[in-house]
Amino acid sequence: MLDYVKLLILGLVAICAAIAAQYARDAAYLVHALLIMASAGALFLWQLRRTGEPRVPAPANEYMDGPVRAAAIATAFWGVVGFLVGVVIAFQLAFPVLNFTWAEGYLNFGRLRPLHTSAVIFAFGGNALLAASFYIVQRTSAARMWGGNLAWFVFLGYQLFIVMAATGYLLGSTQGQEYAEPEWLVDLWLTIVWVCFLLMFVGTLLKRKEPHIYVANWFLLSFIVTVAMLHVVNNLQIPVSLFGSSSVPVFSGVQGAMTQWWYGHNAVGFFLTAGFLGMMYYFVPKQAERPVYSYKLSIIHFWALIFLYIWAGPHHLHYTALPDWASTLGMVFSVVLWMPSWGGMINGLMTLSGAWDKLRTDPVLRMMVTSLAFYGMSTFEGPMMSIRAVNSLSHYTDWTIGHVHSGALGWNGMITFGMLYYLFPKLWNRQSLYSLKAVSWHYWLATIGIVLYAASMWVTGIMEGLMWREVDAQGFLVNSFADTVAAKFPMYVVRGLGGVLFLTGALIMCWNLWMTVRKGVAKQDARVAAPAE
Amino acid sequence: MTDDQNKHPEEQVLMEGDPDTTGHVWDGIKEFNNPLPRWWLWTFYATCVWGIVYTVLYPAWPLLDRATPGILGFSTRENVSRDIAEFDAMNTDIRAQLVEVTLSDVNPTDTPELYNYAINGGAAIFATWCSQCHGSGAAGVQASGYPNLLDDDWLWGGTIDDIHYTVSHGIRNEDDLDAHYSEMTAYDEILSDDEIAQVVNYVLNLSGQAADMSLASAGESIFLDNCAACHQDSGMGDQFLGAPNLTDAIWLYGGTPEAIEETVRYSRFGVMPPWSAEASDAGRLSEAEVRAVSIYVHSLGGGQ
Repeated sequence: MLDYVKLLILGLVAICAAIAAQYARDAAYLVHALLIMASAGALFLWQLRRTGEPRVPAPANEYMDGPVRAAAIATAFWGVVGFLVGVVIAFQLAFPVLNFTWAEGYLNFGRLRPLHTSAVIFAFGGNALLAASFYIVQRTSAARMWGGNLAWFVFLGYQLFIVMAATGYLLGSTQGQEYAEPEWLVDLWLTIVWVCFLLMFVGTLLKRKEPHIYVANWFLLSFIVTVAMLHVVNNLQIPVSLFGSSSVPVFSGVQGAMTQWWYGHNAVGFFLTAGFLGMMYYFVPKQAERPVYSYKLSIIHFWALIFLYIWAGPHHLHYTALPDWASTLGMVFSVVLWMPSWGGMINGLMTLSGAWDKLRTDPVLRMMVTSLAFYGMSTFEGPMMSIRAVNSLSHYTDWTIGHVHSGALGWNGMITFGMLYYLFPKLWNRQSLYSLKAVSWHYWLATIGIVLYAASMWVTGIMEGLMWREVDAQGFLVNSFADTVAAKFPMYVVRGLGGVLFLTGALIMCWNLWMTVRKGVAKQDARVAAPAE
Repeated sequence: MTDDQNKHPEEQVLMEGDPDTTGHVWDGIKEFNNPLPRWWLWTFYATCVWGIVYTVLYPAWPLLDRATPGILGFSTRENVSRDIAEFDAMNTDIRAQLVEVTLSDVNPTDTPELYNYAINGGAAIFATWCSQCHGSGAAGVQASGYPNLLDDDWLWGGTIDDIHYTVSHGIRNEDDLDAHYSEMTAYDEILSDDEIAQVVNYVLNLSGQAADMSLASAGESIFLDNCAACHQDSGMGDQFLGAPNLTDAIWLYGGTPEAIEETVRYSRFGVMPPWSAEASDAGRLSEAEVRAVSIYVHSLGGGQ
């Protein structure tokens, strides 16, 4: 019976999408309607072939690793895409001629920039978090994923969201809110997928065989719940037409700006920090083969982190129409957030006590430790930049870009690479990685790339800030904006080269992971079974 | 295999001297029962205390109809107003002088202080408002209709008073009735293709470029009948009408045969906004500022 309900729903969705495509008012909406139609149609056919066939019940004592494998592959794939687009736009800034006239309106900086940020945060980071959540919640609950094929739905639905967002950017559909660019149709779809993700995650936790919930799962759950809340509130929009991408925001003016940066900052806080701390709390103790340093610290810093992070958003709006009181609170909460953020770094690094010697021999562990170092650095830099006096220099400059990238490349990138190097041999049942030497190469290319990136952005950001504020004895501005742009050129080239190194490292990783699966020696004992009660 | 080992096949093995664990095991992972690092805890407390003190000193906590103002009386808006007022007060006298003075009397030897103020202020105003079209070095954009201000070729006059008038009122805008105005005819539908080719070659020859001389000589009468009214019989132009000199090597929209043909067929209509706030509502600059930027532009090398 359920099969027929599913068929009915999928058929209806495909037909409605076809009708919507017919009436589409803009290219992005047309492409999105066609994507939905194709996806629903394909699922309909798959469902049709299954209907009435006898089902083999899923083995309840085995972990469900299919979606983890898929998400791990997607992580590597979208990572390379995101890094590549990043390198392209870095060079577009250095050499504006790369904004080709023939590609105007599709591949110019303005269209590619949100494609880059979304590809690395939501496609690369998002898939990494899906893989981590799927893998960790099963292992640490000693239970198979709840909800049958729900995990597959979440994985595939999330990829559809990514493709819709990406095509939307290139075709000019955006609601103009940073990190929340996709328009209402895409937002609604992500909401459905995310609620399923939450159900799947909580469902698995509820049927756990362990008496307690592991710390990684606290972080992952807080990430899923908070992102749902942020996404829904910041995307409250009224569509202009049922058949068009455009929509009008519910909040306007300074309220709109405040909602946007409450969202934007917590996208960093809960997506890129809490979620990835969840990842860290599983993979670092596993790779180091040492217990977590302090249970107490993990409790205290978890609650402090999630309580404080949510208030820090106003520091993105210092010296704007935002009232001074809100700006003060944003700054104070950001500075108090410093130690709770560092709690994760301490717990991660100190987990290595008794295993520091492994850094000499294990480049994967080295990657994880470096990611924690970059995490510590950017979570110190962030509170510092939130201080009003510092912000008056750093705001709107490339320093912000450098800060974001030392966090994104250093922390999120490196911990994800570490996770992938850990996961691939496990998921494909290989004895080890194909080449540890290649991991070393990846490590050094990525590290040097990040250092070039962050250092050049510090230099150019501080220079830019000083040039903007420079006034002569009579109170006249000394530099025009164009002067600052011209002065940044050498640093823009260095930044682009840093990106090239980082991208090269990621390509080496893809090759290494591919060879691990293709050529790696299989492990004798495939222990993927969930333990019995 | 004991039951416990069966449950956690990868259970972490403790080492000699390790602290106690909490006793929990997840997929082999254990947790030490270490206390919070003291330095971490005390730094956390310190930031909390600092935060409370800071919110007492600065505007912070929202109440029903306003927020606590903070006992230091800090306000970002007042700070910036104070800075602006400070410089305004400092420059009041010299600004008044600049508005009073006859522009041609301002020079580095007789009025050094005034000249210095005008050049520095003018440079800042130029960087803010003029560089978008004329470039931050004032060299314009070649062949794009944005004139170079460094040379001595002036469309509407290069004396300090001419420049002051152009900056004040602008060119061919609809905001200031006193703006410079003139409009070249578009000859696309007036002259035949042959005639256009002839006059283009005539103009090429005028400016000393290679031209088809048979076409050029045929173009002379067309030039005299149609173009000379503004550009003069000699082609030297007329600054009163903003008609460019066609005999030199300087071209506002390019001097290639293609660019000249484009100009003859469809004409050009370069616009500059009015800047004087006194002369029109669209103006953004005070008289002192207009004068400062005029003196700056005049000083760049081409001023007459």
